[in-house]
Amino acid sequence: MTATVAAPPRAGGSGRGIRRGEALAGWVFTLPVILILGIFLLAPVLMALWVSFSDWTGRGSPLSANVNFVGLENYAAITVDGGLPTRDFGTSLRNNAWYVLLVVPIQTALSLFLAVLVNRAILRGRGFFRTAFYFPSVTSSVAITVLWLFLFSATGVVNEVLSWLGINGPNWFQDPTGIVHNGLRAVGVTSGPAALTENDFLGISWWDWLAGPSVAMTAFILMAVFTTSGTFMLLFIAALQNLSGEVNEAAMVDGANAWQRFWRVTLPQLRPTLFTVLTLGLIGCWQVFDQIYTGTQGGPSKTTLTPAYLSYSSAFLDQDWGRGAAIAFILFAIIVIFTIFQRWVLRDRPVSKRRARQYQPSQPKEAKR
Amino acid sequence: MTRHKTRAILGTGALLVTGALALTACGSGFDDGGGAGGGDDSELTSSDEALTILIGSSGDAETDAVTEAVAAWSEESGIDATVQVANDLPQQLSQGFAAGSPPDLFYLATEALAGYAGNGSLKAYGDLLSNKDDFFPSLVQNFTFEDEFYCAPKDFSTLQLIVNTSLWEAAGLTDDDIPTTWDELSDVAATLTKDGVTGLAFGPEYQRVGAFMAQAGGQLISDDGTEAVANSPENVEALTYVKEQMEAGSFAYSSDLGAGWGGEAFGKQLAAMTIEGNWIQGAMTNDFPDVEYQVVELPEGPAGKGTMQFTNCWGMAADSPNQQAALDLVEYLTSAEQQLAFSEAFGPMPSVQSAAEQWKADNPELAAFIAGADYAKGVPTNDGISAVISDFNAQLEGLKTGDPQQILDTVQENAEAIVG
Repeated sequence: MTATVAAPPRAGGSGRGIRRGEALAGWVFTLPVILILGIFLLAPVLMALWVSFSDWTGRGSPLSANVNFVGLENYAAITVDGGLPTRDFGTSLRNNAWYVLLVVPIQTALSLFLAVLVNRAILRGRGFFRTAFYFPSVTSSVAITVLWLFLFSATGVVNEVLSWLGINGPNWFQDPTGIVHNGLRAVGVTSGPAALTENDFLGISWWDWLAGPSVAMTAFILMAVFTTSGTFMLLFIAALQNLSGEVNEAAMVDGANAWQRFWRVTLPQLRPTLFTVLTLGLIGCWQVFDQIYTGTQGGPSKTTLTPAYLSYSSAFLDQDWGRGAAIAFILFAIIVIFTIFQRWVLRDRPVSKRRARQYQPSQPKEAKR
Repeated sequence: MTRHKTRAILGTGALLVTGALALTACGSGFDDGGGAGGGDDSELTSSDEALTILIGSSGDAETDAVTEAVAAWSEESGIDATVQVANDLPQQLSQGFAAGSPPDLFYLATEALAGYAGNGSLKAYGDLLSNKDDFFPSLVQNFTFEDEFYCAPKDFSTLQLIVNTSLWEAAGLTDDDIPTTWDELSDVAATLTKDGVTGLAFGPEYQRVGAFMAQAGGQLISDDGTEAVANSPENVEALTYVKEQMEAGSFAYSSDLGAGWGGEAFGKQLAAMTIEGNWIQGAMTNDFPDVEYQVVELPEGPAGKGTMQFTNCWGMAADSPNQQAALDLVEYLTSAEQQLAFSEAFGPMPSVQSAAEQWKADNPELAAFIAGADYAKGVPTNDGISAVISDFNAQLEGLKTGDPQQILDTVQENAEAIVG
């Protein structure tokens, strides 16, 4: 929040001269934002944190005297107890991990590809294509979900088109089978090795972790790629237009072809944008909720259950408010960890020694000094 | 240096003040929350405050009927009452309870009872009702949590077999072929399965398949709610029967036929029979007026007749300032006369026995539904049961390729964790 930046420190001390009362004025100006953020962001987050450590049951104030501190009980119920709550949480993490794994790379690659396409000066009707690609992003996700439910119904348009190609389409939103398992079944593997089926993590066997997104989740994955690629395309276009043509021209002079120029010159310069797109994509994907709420409510067979939806249903439908809050905070931790990891991967690295040597003019050692 | 320190102190101060302000601001709304416990004290609050009634309506017919009835009561009693229609009832109720300002009366589903009763949000007023003994005993059982009769069932529905009469006749079947046993059911379903029509379709959920479990003599949790009996041989037998018929192709889930629920599959004539409740009447009239059908009782299983029943009650908030008036309103709304009026307006069956005969006379073609009241099983009411049921439903979707014993063993394990 830029508005919270207070007046920069000045050389002169406070309470004298023309700058008297500047700090006070700064605080007065930022007070509205501090109050608004405090009431609508900080306080609810702190209360939710407290709820995740308490036995609050959803009646009256969570801060009242008869709500007790229960330590890590709520967190334990969904991570180590091994009962139904643990299995549900494990299932939701499995579903969402596959969703992230597929959506983030695909939408990033697709949006970059679209941006490069519509960024070319010679393309006729650029404006039209830009608008067309961006259009799904500005449509409400609820509307698109409903559209998707129709398109992907058992007798919907998608299956109709597939039937022209002689493909008997699946019953998309009712099909709980994982696509990796389906692929393995096609080559005759129907059950996993004992090492995978007999050991589990969060109540889900490793074999089931590897099931892949269900066919129903795959439809959601396609939808996410369809709706968000346009937004990120816009970010990439902005970044592409900021690149100076000179670097590209220099590469041309050096004899680099278009392919090399893209991978070695353009893409490295897009790194900050790439970080933004990946981070926003990651956060959005881990928080997927509205599609699930409007579309499938976690079905079929819980294969579209996500932590965000599970958090909602544990709290509002099952009255396990502490558990719901605990799920939300674990989700928060997951997102933070992934973002930090990504930042580390995409950090500006010093040129490696091996690479650096290639650029150094070969000179005798003694000439160094 | 000092400048920095001052600013840091100022900053921290501002943050603390904001936090405190925010928390107290939120806190002020909670005044009456968490105070008086709900269940145990039989004293009702009384004041002249207006009542708020929150309902989850099936449509305009229901909204209008309830609003009219409440207005008539207001006129009579002189106490103001407003009806609000929730678009997401569980969520709006939860918010009301958390804020300490819940509606005075509201629709409450059986599966939500334990959660709210457990946290003290509900007033157990069942025993104070003057028409308490008129309710069907099985419905009273549905709203009894830890030996207390919490709330008055407002109406109920049971599942029965719905048959498409034209497809029935086209297949050469007569009234004598109406199935009364599982074997007969599989025979007629097989006969009806042809030309893209499946014999029998129903939703992939415990709330339908449970009827077969009841016919086999099984249930998820014992009647007194203290023992999980999900993986009993009876339940395995029921699920095995359904699985075999699905493998044979004469039974199918409505979702596998591309329909949202059994009624849709039936109305679109994708299935010749379905298992649904009395709400199907409204759906057929509105969406599929050309399909002719009749309602017959479900066949007997190895343990005789069995079906499932569903009901909602008039929940009363423990935090309501005018429970006396709310109780009076509930007695008015659950009277035989008023329930018959509701039934005429939007179709549910009256929850009081004194209205049953009249209802049967008014709706002879639906008589099978009310006959089910004698042998229907309700959905268990234990705290945490809805998670167990939704997990069961998730597994039932894979029944055709799954192992009934294995599915029920998982359910048993989940159910054991919540009983006792």
